[in-house]
Amino acid sequence: MKIPMTEYLRINLETEKWECRVCDHEIAPAEGNYKEGLLVHNRDPREIHPPVIDPDKYKFTFSPDPEWVRILEFCCPSCGTQVETEYAIPGHPPLWDMQVDVAALKAQWAARGPAMLPDAGPSVVAGRAHTH
Amino acid sequence: MKDMNTTAPSLEEMNLIKKFLDDTTLFLGPDPEIMQNHDLMPRTQDEDAAIAKVSDNHIVAKIRDRLQSGCDEGFEMVEQMGAAPGAKWGDVITGVYSASGDLAIASAGGVLIFSALVHHPIKFIIKNWINEPTVGVKDGDGFIHNDSRYGNVHNTDQSMILPIFHDSKLLCWVASTVHEGENGAIEPGGMPSMAESPSDEGLKMSPFKVVENYQIKRDVLTFLQNSVREPKLQYEDMKVKLFACLRIKQRIEETLKSDGPDALVSTLRLTMEDVRAEVKRRISEWPDMTVRSYIIQDSTLRENCVVKINCKLTKTGDRLIFDFRGSSPEFTNRATNTIVAGLKGMLSQVFLCYVWPDLPRGQAAFAPIEVITDPHSIVDCSYDAPNSQSLMSIFTGFTAGQHAVAKFLYSCPEKFTKVHAPTFNMINTFIWGGVSQHGETLGNLCADLNGMGAGATSDRDGEHALAPIFATMADIGEQELNEEEVPFLQLVSKKMTRDAIAPGKYRGGQGYSMMVSTKDSEQWGFMTTAEGAKIPPLQGLFGGYACGTYPLCKVKDVDVYDVLMNEPEKFRHSIEEIMNEQPFEDAKYSTHHMGMGFEISKRGELFMISQGAGAGYGDLLERDPVNVVKDIEEGLMSAEVAARLYKVVFDPKTLAIDFEATEQARDEERKARIARSTPYAEFIKGWNQPKPPAHLPYFGCWGDDIDTLYMGAPDITRRADEPRPNYMMHPKDVRIAELEARLTAAGVAGDEKQ
Ligand SMILES: [Zn+2]
Repeated sequence: MKIPMTEYLRINLETEKWECRVCDHEIAPAEGNYKEGLLVHNRDPREIHPPVIDPDKYKFTFSPDPEWVRILEFCCPSCGTQVETEYAIPGHPPLWDMQVDVAALKAQWAARGPAMLPDAGPSVVAGRAHTH
Repeated sequence: MKDMNTTAPSLEEMNLIKKFLDDTTLFLGPDPEIMQNHDLMPRTQDEDAAIAKVSDNHIVAKIRDRLQSGCDEGFEMVEQMGAAPGAKWGDVITGVYSASGDLAIASAGGVLIFSALVHHPIKFIIKNWINEPTVGVKDGDGFIHNDSRYGNVHNTDQSMILPIFHDSKLLCWVASTVHEGENGAIEPGGMPSMAESPSDEGLKMSPFKVVENYQIKRDVLTFLQNSVREPKLQYEDMKVKLFACLRIKQRIEETLKSDGPDALVSTLRLTMEDVRAEVKRRISEWPDMTVRSYIIQDSTLRENCVVKINCKLTKTGDRLIFDFRGSSPEFTNRATNTIVAGLKGMLSQVFLCYVWPDLPRGQAAFAPIEVITDPHSIVDCSYDAPNSQSLMSIFTGFTAGQHAVAKFLYSCPEKFTKVHAPTFNMINTFIWGGVSQHGETLGNLCADLNGMGAGATSDRDGEHALAPIFATMADIGEQELNEEEVPFLQLVSKKMTRDAIAPGKYRGGQGYSMMVSTKDSEQWGFMTTAEGAKIPPLQGLFGGYACGTYPLCKVKDVDVYDVLMNEPEKFRHSIEEIMNEQPFEDAKYSTHHMGMGFEISKRGELFMISQGAGAGYGDLLERDPVNVVKDIEEGLMSAEVAARLYKVVFDPKTLAIDFEATEQARDEERKARIARSTPYAEFIKGWNQPKPPAHLPYFGCWGDDIDTLYMGAPDITRRADEPRPNYMMHPKDVRIAELEARLTAAGVAGDEKQ
């Protein structure tokens, strides 16, 4: 059974791996930090939150201060889907955000059965490849 | 040890010691035994006996519905008749409490955070006043309370609490709570950000008797009125709350007449126990997991700094534990600390408002959930620390919790709401005060704080300026009505702030701009009390982004009323245009963080802010191109930003989408992502640092080491379990020191005597 854990990640209970729900790429061991199997980009927050008022004139511009905060963008190395973001203080170790008790997850789903799997999933953009 | 053979004191001796200590207590201060506990009180013998007699589900449900509508009726009365602006937009709650003081049933609308927090003052009354011969608790009594160290959120909130008797036996309590605002603190409006100790925070009412024989005692009332800036409001709303309580009492008495006291007592107890059991059941359906999140407060409202709210949420079986250890140390002389009860109250809103809104409103929904904190931290401050701006810490704590909870819910087969990204969490509004155009002394705030943008959900965009996180069924009120009573206008109001976005597959709901300007008073001013001008106070979800940041903008040395009268074509209707085009000659344009201490404003000066956006959900490259263009058409986002971020290709004039080119651009961007990103193991080699950066005044733990708390610099730390004072310098002293250093460096300060 494959348990959808986030919009883009699932845990394969047979192989005990985190997998990408968009391209089926095997990311990392399920008991570990899925981020370890992803790629990271250190994004200047001004690129995502553009200044509304002129940064040459003003100290505060509606853009986060890039010296104070960065956006860590985590993407699937296979399909490039942006799986998670983390607004991080410069140099702060990224969080192990989902530390799953895999044995408990297996037991929980063995009792439930696959019919109970939530049906929400990533919408697939037309024409976009599923596998690589 | 010598006392190995000495006998322990007898029970009689112990009682004597206890009586001696009780009789000689010099001050009944805030009681940690009451304040640290948020679970239900144990079942009493009376409750056991009542449940043995009446436990039929249908009877219980009938009585519960009846009490619920009684509470809603009381709520309606306060909302319609209350004088405080807070009352008018529903910053109110009414409820029925068990004889032991637990909130069993609360009004459906209003500020549900009170549902977790008004039981503390009632328990204080039970513990200290019932058997106190100089006080006592009798039929017809009413008690007042506002000091957050004895319960509730902050000292703006006042409660009226009435015991309900039947055959001279205390059966239950009713209470009504309103965000009254003004309380005589160092700044008007009741939530001073300038407070440096509890002594700056105004009226501090420990629970005391203010009503006898259903009459407000005039001498006590006069003292309270004399202590605040709005004496008429103080009186009016005490009356309103009293009468709301009396209406609920009437409904309870009707129930007693028809069903008897056992049915009432049983209903209150079983409602709470059933909710508590149901919460345990629902938690057990979550995956066993630990989720970590942190939210940064980027200021103390006095100065910018980096203040960490650290949250580790662990679920095992039917236990759910919020662990906030590692959060910033308490600030000794800043108002953003909270007592831990406030944090718990706000966390309970994650569940009552956003996860399980179907559960009966009351204390039970959060009762079985555990919370761990470091004492003397910003989320569990001592009673000596100021906490008038506790909202800053309880709201960021809420968001850390909301963000963590979403990651548990995704895989649950059983959901009661949609999985969603964090809601905006800052009170971006104007607090105001002074003398009105009618000569009245006033101090309160604009209800626009209720316009927080909603987070995106798993299947749709967040709604704009929807509701505050502490009261999802509150209202923004009518600004035009407000303007009849206050000497300022919102010259621009409810206009969405373009490009202040939280992108994602589903974007966050955005916020609107507010421009206020004083008119018709020479004694009027504003303050703003929000964080998030340098670092967003949210996190995004599943690849979505958080909101951006929101500054305060001022235009001085201008009278825009003269401009509007004489040269109206010069006026602009957005912050973007006014600040970038600077249309008023000789005016002074400036930007600031959102912690503006109370500032007197002159006629026609502009103070401008924006509400914030909720966070985005999912990868923005999956956003439907049609919705991207819709956002451009609706003025939420400029075409340039939309094209650059969302990689949608469209005709700049007609906005017609080229779907094929869009798909190609997005495929290329996915490849570009892979190309510019680094494998995790390699990335952290360059990124991870052992300590906070030297250029940031950083407070809280760094990484996983929750035992070491940084206090403003990489070389200043304390152990989490060893409290130390944490003083901040006055920002003006900091500035003076900087300027003096420059004078010294320039060699022009040499002749000043020291
Ligand atoms: Zn993938």
